[in-house]
Amino acid sequence: MNFEAVIGLETHVQLNTESKIFCGCPAKPRTGVSVADQEINSSICPVCTAQPGTLPVLNQKVVEFALRAGLATQCSIRSPNVFARKNYFYPDLPKGYQITQFELPIAENGFILIDLPSGEKKIRLKRIHIEEDAGKNVHYGPYSLVNLNRAGVPLIEVVTEPDLSTPQEASQYMKALYALVTYLEICDGNLQEGNFRCDANVSVRPIGESRLGTRVEIKNVNSFRYIEKAIEYEIHRQVEMIRAGKRIVQETRGFDSARGVTQTLRVKEEAEEYRYFPDPDLAPIVISDRQIELVRVALPELPRDHQKRLESEYKLSSYDASVLTTDKTLAVFFDQCIAYMRPKAKPEADVPSLAKSCCNLLTTEVLRFLTENQIEMSEVKITPSDLGELTLKWVAQEVSSTGAKKVLEKLLSEGGSVELWVTKLGVKQENNDGELMKIVESVLAENGAQFKEYCSGKDKVIGFLVGQIMKKTGGKANPSKVQMLIADIAKKSG
Amino acid sequence: MKNSQTVLAFQESWLAEPRVALDKKIAEYLGSIVVDQTGAFLSQVAETKLRSQAETLANELKTQGEKLFKEKPLAGVCIGIKDNIAVEGEQLTCGSRILEKYRAPYSATVIERCEKAGALIFGKLNLDEFAMGSSGENSAYLKTSHPTHPDRVCGGSSSGSALAVAGRLVDTSLGSDTGGSIRLPASFCGTFGLKPTYGRVSRYGLVAYGSSLDQIGPLSNSLSDLELMARVIYGSDPRDSTSVQTELAGWNSEVSKSANPRPQFGFLADNCLEGLQPEIRLQYEVLKEQARSKGAQVSEIDLGFLKQSVPVYYIIAMCEASSNLSRFDGVRYQSRAAASFEASKLDEFYESTRALFGSEVKKRILLGAFALSSGYYDDYYLKAAKVRRLIAQELNQVFQKIEAIVLPTSSTTAFKKGERQTDPVKMFLSDLYTVVANLAGVPALAFPHSKDNEGLPIGFQIMGPGFSDEKLVIWAEQYLTQAIDVGAK
Repeated sequence: MNFEAVIGLETHVQLNTESKIFCGCPAKPRTGVSVADQEINSSICPVCTAQPGTLPVLNQKVVEFALRAGLATQCSIRSPNVFARKNYFYPDLPKGYQITQFELPIAENGFILIDLPSGEKKIRLKRIHIEEDAGKNVHYGPYSLVNLNRAGVPLIEVVTEPDLSTPQEASQYMKALYALVTYLEICDGNLQEGNFRCDANVSVRPIGESRLGTRVEIKNVNSFRYIEKAIEYEIHRQVEMIRAGKRIVQETRGFDSARGVTQTLRVKEEAEEYRYFPDPDLAPIVISDRQIELVRVALPELPRDHQKRLESEYKLSSYDASVLTTDKTLAVFFDQCIAYMRPKAKPEADVPSLAKSCCNLLTTEVLRFLTENQIEMSEVKITPSDLGELTLKWVAQEVSSTGAKKVLEKLLSEGGSVELWVTKLGVKQENNDGELMKIVESVLAENGAQFKEYCSGKDKVIGFLVGQIMKKTGGKANPSKVQMLIADIAKKSG
Repeated sequence: MKNSQTVLAFQESWLAEPRVALDKKIAEYLGSIVVDQTGAFLSQVAETKLRSQAETLANELKTQGEKLFKEKPLAGVCIGIKDNIAVEGEQLTCGSRILEKYRAPYSATVIERCEKAGALIFGKLNLDEFAMGSSGENSAYLKTSHPTHPDRVCGGSSSGSALAVAGRLVDTSLGSDTGGSIRLPASFCGTFGLKPTYGRVSRYGLVAYGSSLDQIGPLSNSLSDLELMARVIYGSDPRDSTSVQTELAGWNSEVSKSANPRPQFGFLADNCLEGLQPEIRLQYEVLKEQARSKGAQVSEIDLGFLKQSVPVYYIIAMCEASSNLSRFDGVRYQSRAAASFEASKLDEFYESTRALFGSEVKKRILLGAFALSSGYYDDYYLKAAKVRRLIAQELNQVFQKIEAIVLPTSSTTAFKKGERQTDPVKMFLSDLYTVVANLAGVPALAFPHSKDNEGLPIGFQIMGPGFSDEKLVIWAEQYLTQAIDVGAK
């Protein structure tokens, strides 16, 4: 019997507003301070610590950000939409309830398109709603302490229909949503700090079966790779259980990335009881058509439009274009490189080949550098004009591939100009025909036997000849140029 | 000698002798508080603080003269605060063990307004725990007694607020009214009490019981004092999203000019007055004649929904309370049961601390949590919310035809202590005439009228449409109150 998986994702997107959702406390640490380094309980006030008698006042920026997300995903906007209280006890939840949206969320019925080898797929969104984050419990030996810096930080939760069928689709969706919220500039997108975290609902059923299987929720996965691994493992586990005649238990599981497995966090013996009801402290949010229009016209270019533009304008493959547009800073950086190169490129040099070369440097060398050094695109020292300049030199064969990579490494880590590093590293390629010709001629003369073999049709010998010339020039000669010169001389002498 | 001056009268005498009058008044009040037997105060502000505030005010009065009262209309006014309203640095027990050691780190908006207006805050007043109760018998601290009849209750939940005013321990006080909690004790104790239009007084700093019903309001011995307080505490507040965010929130002293000189008052028909204590029934007729003789137009109205209003009120209030009181979990506020330190599971931790709630509070949390749970939500909370809207609509229709409704505050005068503790239904019915104003969000003013055969105060209330607060004060003064002082003493 063959099985298929039914997957739905719920993503918590931390909004990057200045202040918290219901009070004036800063929503994030000072620039340059990570959440982990922020002093414990330094961004709190009577409201977000739920002192008796305090009341929430909605930060209007949150509504605007949620509207951006809703409109960018073709959702219908609900007005009025209503805050509800989700009642439960946990030490990191100061009020004893979370203010969220339940029956009447701000946005519903949208979709996100994802790329698959088989083409485009539409993933329907059930809803997007606004809510507040909770604090964080910290455990010190026998003590449990609560850090409320995060309590009241605004979130949107984006909930899909169960439209995803494979782990790859889930990670593609996660990437597409990530690209969207960073393009919309409503989320800082710092995955390590939990700015963007997914819960996956996974069930399996025999192919052909219309009823859904028992659903298992995998909580808090914050990486594109882990979501794929977690779901892959979970599908496998569920199928094996069914094959072994066991029953799937409805439960919440966590993903252990070190071991690559999901593990039980808690079993839902009965339906959870959150006693939702409309929050009497907050008026329903009324959104006018005018407000919707203002947000709509101000929407920036979305990642998918950007990707399509890169494909059509620069003939980039859809793979290359999608890698660039997963991260807005990267894609914008790329656009700026092109803008630098365009006026400087020789008429005969075509923009698509410049674009392809620049894209290769970005998506292989630069991304590798970022991963290796655990930094963000915004933190590197290189500027778009540097990378543009380097690409121009590389395409014009003034530096070799190896040379270009060496220069790039320096630009990323230390900054400085392309010219400076090309000279310093001595990677300028010799392109002067006259100078080069002399060296070629002398080398050919020194290796007369091999040259004769070449002239008589043994093409493979060219490698040896070029190698000798490169040796003599200390690697500075342009190998394809050398090859052309040898061919010329052979032709003349033949 | 107990002070029976109105604030305005006091300010006039104070003006004549800035050095003496306020000091004398403070001394009198402090003396009265010391000997008080009614259980009005839970805590007092340090006398040195009061004295230094008084000195500053006296100096300002000397230099500014009468102008001071323009800038600070409550200059020299001694007030008490129900202990569910936050005053920075002071206790905020809500009459509960669960907040025994808590001190408010901030002040309620009404407190900031009163302080800015020159009021002297004397201390925190007793109340039914978390404002839940109609008799004043549910405080976890001091027992309360009726000011003139010690075997009787004083009414709740703003028990201390009524006692402090009736016993002349302060000039005026602030209470809170969720289903009659200002008006009921005011009537039992023979004082005035105002439940404002919902949203005209900020709730910021009032510990929530039923958030959609709660309003802070003043209690006093005269209508002029009541209006003086209202003028200060009314007004929109950006910190309370449910506060009216226009200038309509503020108290409008110009209203008197536009008030109808021959207002139409509705008095309840017989079927709405079943079970009313005979003396109250009689005095209601007297009041009707009095209003008519003073020039008001009087008609009879049938508020058929009164009976539904009590269950609707309790469902909504308890549902909101069950959620509002979730924050008292032992994690913050320095309130933690000793047993919680031994807890091995999170549930045990919560159970041990939440056991500190009194039985009335526990009952309401349990009932509210039940009514909100899935499977019951539609039948209870949702249905109650719908009926609430219908009641508000019907009431609004009534106000299309008449300008205000004059009705009893309670079916009885102050009852005997313990009498209703074992009969929750009878206790809940104490709120029959008061909860409608909260459900509909409209203002209601309780005023003293007469006394029953035992000498217990009989009070009535006048309820108008939303934003008629100012008119209620004018009408009560012109048509409904008698010239003689009917206060407790």
